[in-house]
Amino acid sequence: MTTAPAKAGWRFRQPSVIPGFGLTLGFSLAYLTLIILIPLSGLIWRSAALGWADFWAIATDRRTVNALEISFGTAFIAAAVNVVFGTIVAWVLVRYNFPGRRIVDAMVDLPFALPTAVAGIALTTLYAPNGWLGSLLAPLGIKVAYTPLGIVIALIFIGLPFVVRTVQPIMEEIDKEVEEVAATLGANRFQTIARVLLPGLAPAIVTGFALAFARGVGEYGSVIFIAGNLPYKSEIAPLLIVIRLEEYNYAAATAIAAIMLALSFVMLLVINLVQTWSRKRYG
Amino acid sequence: MADPEIKSYAPHHESQSAAVTESRPAKAVLMIVTFAFLGIFLLLPLIVVFNEAFAKGLGAYTEALTNPDTRSAIHLTLLVAAISVPLNVVFGISAAWAIAKFEFKGKAFLTTLIDLPFSVSPVISGLVYVLLFGAQGLLGAWLKAHGIVILFAVPGIVLATIFVTFPFVARELIPLMQEQGNGDEEAALSLGANGWQAFWYVTLPNVKWGLLYGVLLCNARAMGEFGAVSVVSGHIRGLTNTMPLHVEILYNEYNAAAAFAVASLLAGLALVTLVLKTLLEMRYGAEIAATRGH
Repeated sequence: MTTAPAKAGWRFRQPSVIPGFGLTLGFSLAYLTLIILIPLSGLIWRSAALGWADFWAIATDRRTVNALEISFGTAFIAAAVNVVFGTIVAWVLVRYNFPGRRIVDAMVDLPFALPTAVAGIALTTLYAPNGWLGSLLAPLGIKVAYTPLGIVIALIFIGLPFVVRTVQPIMEEIDKEVEEVAATLGANRFQTIARVLLPGLAPAIVTGFALAFARGVGEYGSVIFIAGNLPYKSEIAPLLIVIRLEEYNYAAATAIAAIMLALSFVMLLVINLVQTWSRKRYG
Repeated sequence: MADPEIKSYAPHHESQSAAVTESRPAKAVLMIVTFAFLGIFLLLPLIVVFNEAFAKGLGAYTEALTNPDTRSAIHLTLLVAAISVPLNVVFGISAAWAIAKFEFKGKAFLTTLIDLPFSVSPVISGLVYVLLFGAQGLLGAWLKAHGIVILFAVPGIVLATIFVTFPFVARELIPLMQEQGNGDEEAALSLGANGWQAFWYVTLPNVKWGLLYGVLLCNARAMGEFGAVSVVSGHIRGLTNTMPLHVEILYNEYNAAAAFAVASLLAGLALVTLVLKTLLEMRYGAEIAATRGH
């Protein structure tokens, strides 16, 4: 096994009596490189090899632009809905005691455990014009299945646990004394929640939003069944990648994937900055 | 972090003073919103799966499940999980050992890289292997010349599954092993154990519930993965169709009853996963890393 360099000064690792550093780090790096890094750099290499003109032509193609707008737009709306309802769900689970609380709590993780294709066909059946919910909504003139609204519904399903599970532990750590102090100082319950509790939860809520949003942008399985997949109208970006691949148009598939990765990266960066800011402000 | 044991199961018993809790009507509204939202978004889809699966009776249900194509899909799904989950377990343990037991430069960066697959669309996870191994891929010509088939075959499906389930075990074990520190292993080593013995008799028993937790989540995703596998599988019936892909094919053929029959097996797997996960959290909350969900 490796021995720590005896010299002082810059050191790759701190000395330790525990063996196995070289073996475990070496294996981990090799596995990571083979499975993740090489394939992902292949994608970047391929899109770089496209050339600017080709890349720009694909990126500004109406169908590509619409698909990206739909993916990012629906994911944004769904994440926003989940922020509202996910926070309420987390609050009820943390603060209220009711029979079956544990079961409800466990159920929140269903979207993590249920295969996306199963969720997709179940939601489609539910919201189809003759489905249990679709038939209730149809007389109101609301069409969910095979429209962008259906995509939002699927992404709400997928993203819910991300918000609840990010916000819940922070809520559990809230010191009740803070609320008591606010109340003693004359704040009513609404003021306490809005001015004292929510600011403290803001970083967690932003993180939950980011996770739900990022997952929604890339989501495929649960969406394609309910979306209707009309080009320009309800076609998500991951589906367009699949379609381009099936046409053997590797260049277009690669370019769209690269744009998605870049946009997601920028979004995460922005959200990271917002988080740092809100932590500083309310931390 | 607060003691996770208290955190997980003891609901807060609020003092009943009105100022630190919501009024009764407000409470009722929040409860109703929660139950309605979860009922519509989580419970109804689950009920629909089983309702549709048995819509044509038990006979049709068993017939759908004993169909040779369905059986081969079940076999393939089990095979893929049986290869990809253990590989990710070995990686997870190895990465957690390196990251949790040692201090070295670039550790935070390595931890971030491990999480990378979670922020990549499943479709892109499949696409990267097509770009590598496909006919027009970087290694496509070489593979063809040597008669090696990866894409649209089992190896490709296994690779894509490993990619999407890559972080599960590692991300469960790293915080857990960091929390536990090196004291136990150092004691074992000073008593004359070698590295392997310290791992087998000290570390592994210490992290076994956390490991099981990670394996559970990893397996659920491995058996249920759709997007990544769909891109690399080629959808050859009876050969490269996993259960989720078979669900899609049956559904698109307007064979809803059969699609939901297969889907009900996957939903059953999800429910078993949730039950085991909850039991682990209840029993061994303290021995599972503080991270919940995934």
